[in-house]
Amino acid sequence: MAPVLDPMVGRYVRLDIDGTPHRLYFEEAGSGIPLVCLHTAGADGRQFRHLLADPEITSRFRVIAFDMPWHGKSTPPDGWEKTEYRLTTASYTATIRAFCQALELDRPVVMGCSIGGRIVLNLAIAHAAEFRALVALEAADFQQPWYDTAWLHRPDVHGGEVCAALISGLIAPQSPPVSRHETLWMYMQGGPGIFKGDLYFYRVDGDLREKVKSIDTDVCPLYLLTGEYDFSCTAEDTLRTAAQIPGAQVQVMKELGHFPMSENPARFREYILPVLEKIAAA
Amino acid sequence: MTPADCFAKLPDLLSDDADLLRRGRWLSVDCRIDIGSEPFHLTLAQGALAAFERGPRLMLSTVFTVRATDDAWHHHWRRMPEPGWHDLFALTKRGAASFEGDLRPLLQNLQYFKDLLALPRRLPEAP
Repeated sequence: MAPVLDPMVGRYVRLDIDGTPHRLYFEEAGSGIPLVCLHTAGADGRQFRHLLADPEITSRFRVIAFDMPWHGKSTPPDGWEKTEYRLTTASYTATIRAFCQALELDRPVVMGCSIGGRIVLNLAIAHAAEFRALVALEAADFQQPWYDTAWLHRPDVHGGEVCAALISGLIAPQSPPVSRHETLWMYMQGGPGIFKGDLYFYRVDGDLREKVKSIDTDVCPLYLLTGEYDFSCTAEDTLRTAAQIPGAQVQVMKELGHFPMSENPARFREYILPVLEKIAAA
Repeated sequence: MTPADCFAKLPDLLSDDADLLRRGRWLSVDCRIDIGSEPFHLTLAQGALAAFERGPRLMLSTVFTVRATDDAWHHHWRRMPEPGWHDLFALTKRGAASFEGDLRPLLQNLQYFKDLLALPRRLPEAP
């Protein structure tokens, strides 16, 4: 019997980010407009596996999901054991631009979720002309913290389990149990302190209040979509952000939470297909 | 039925959940859960309820307390809770609940406690 294979393929790309050599893992499927997908804090590119396997998307888009440095199957940089990982606006932006350049992508679409959504807003602020369109999932210029990140990395609390348990509440109760637990599994597999290091960008370094007002959607269209059950980046946070950006297209997604692409792929598809349709038609 | 009356059924709800008992097998702790103004004192031993007392107890030590308003528990225990009421941290973020005391055992067993405190959703009386 022939093997049953998912359509995406995975490879490693060598590149320099701010002068440091990296080896990043990515998966891709399809052909057409490059669509680069950015995973949430403390997770990896597997969150986008349903988009990578959707013929309606891959028939028009080359979908690419990479694991950020320190995440998933990407190798941490040499000497990682002597440093404390901390993501910043500058390092995150440099990573995305370096990846797009390394793969020689021509004006890709970038879609990011959570911290990926926040950095998409920064791409719109600082590098809009490099992108065909930007899609920010579960994104806002700022959000109120709802727990102390010190609990995420300490020897007396299992990091994987506490990370997963904390974010479990951000998944909508309607999401299928299998998809919920697959989403949680990815959080249980993060490296020690990595989720916490990502949240440094989210909570401390990545405040984009005021800056989002400078986004010009004539240069690059911007779409914002947020699940109604996301109490970390609330619908109100996203609507407030969108209201400051003329031309931004915003939608609140019913019965979805903070991880729409992995917690309920079928429901998310109903929202993202029309957005991708508009981008492809532009 | 008041939220406290719902929570009073916790022993039966937990003993019916073999998976939650299995996941709590490393956990033993004394904690307090306040349903509005009514305190409940829980003694958990290897994930099971060794003791469960309703009402004020003078000078009873507890490691940590989870408290929320009657309204918060009422919304939290709806069979399909509304956005913003569906998770303990959604409740604390909106100011309708709080955690106090030594939170280490709570965080070490966070999914267990989230699931334990959501069990009243399974009651036939759940709104």
